[in-house]
Amino acid sequence: MNQKEFMQLVSPFKDKVFRLAKRLLISTEEAEDATQEVLVKLWNKNESLDEYKSVEAVAMTMTKNYCLDQLKSKRASNLTIVHSNFTDREAGLQQKVEDNDTWKWVEKIINDLPEQQKLIVQMRDIEEMEFDQISKVLEMNEQAVRTALSRARKMIREKMTNTHSYGIG
Amino acid sequence: MALDRIEKLVEKYFEGETSIAEEKELKTYFSSTDVAQHLEQYKPVFGYFSQAKQEQFTATISLKSKRKQKRLAWLSVAAAVVVMVCIGFFAYQNSSEPTQENLGVINDPEIAFRETQKALALISKHVNTGIESVNYLGEYQQSKNKIFK
Repeated sequence: MNQKEFMQLVSPFKDKVFRLAKRLLISTEEAEDATQEVLVKLWNKNESLDEYKSVEAVAMTMTKNYCLDQLKSKRASNLTIVHSNFTDREAGLQQKVEDNDTWKWVEKIINDLPEQQKLIVQMRDIEEMEFDQISKVLEMNEQAVRTALSRARKMIREKMTNTHSYGIG
Repeated sequence: MALDRIEKLVEKYFEGETSIAEEKELKTYFSSTDVAQHLEQYKPVFGYFSQAKQEQFTATISLKSKRKQKRLAWLSVAAAVVVMVCIGFFAYQNSSEPTQENLGVINDPEIAFRETQKALALISKHVNTGIESVNYLGEYQQSKNKIFK
């Protein structure tokens, strides 16, 4: 497989990998580095790639493992991840600004979830992956994935209801 | 879309039992403008999900590991240090202590005495230029003594 073919192979899911990495690492730069690293690892596996049924699932698993390792080593060295993602989305109508604001809240709530739940919400609710795929990536059984997902969704609901009824604090 | 159907779906959704198709249905419903009052609170959640999927990886991909580059950088730093230490070591060896025979020996005591005097005069002259500027400090002492008796 040459570089061009490889790029074609990864391009459908490279954004997915990036978003998953960003969900865990929060910082855009770190997520970019992680994506880069995962793609390099995949490229080095080049010859054996055909053996996998779904390269995408392999990539997702690698991303998950890589990011969790990163987080572990960060925590061990007592460094907090600094992130300053000042997204520059076009401001328009008042409604849009408000939406943006509440979206930020949802994002924050999701980012406060435990890592495993974060991963599941990311893959299910955002990437719309099927349960069997998710369970493969996470090396968990489907029922456990469902339970964790339900727990995460309920947590999001609970926190949203709080901000909804008491106003955004 | 029938409201009770949506309500049922929301219920199922939180139990983690909805299918992808049903979740898509929910997303479409919550992105519409007429969301029922009591379901309004879920709107941002589904809105965020749809929006979060839009983010793209924009950095350029290079298929060489960054880590290796970092390692290479460290290697070059180490090499530079080694080179500098070597240069320093040889320079130090070459410059230290001029050898004994180069010093020159004066055998006539009179000339030796004069040479010594000359050398000492040179030293004392330089020492004095240093001391002159220190003398100014005496001024402070004097004025201090005038004020604090």
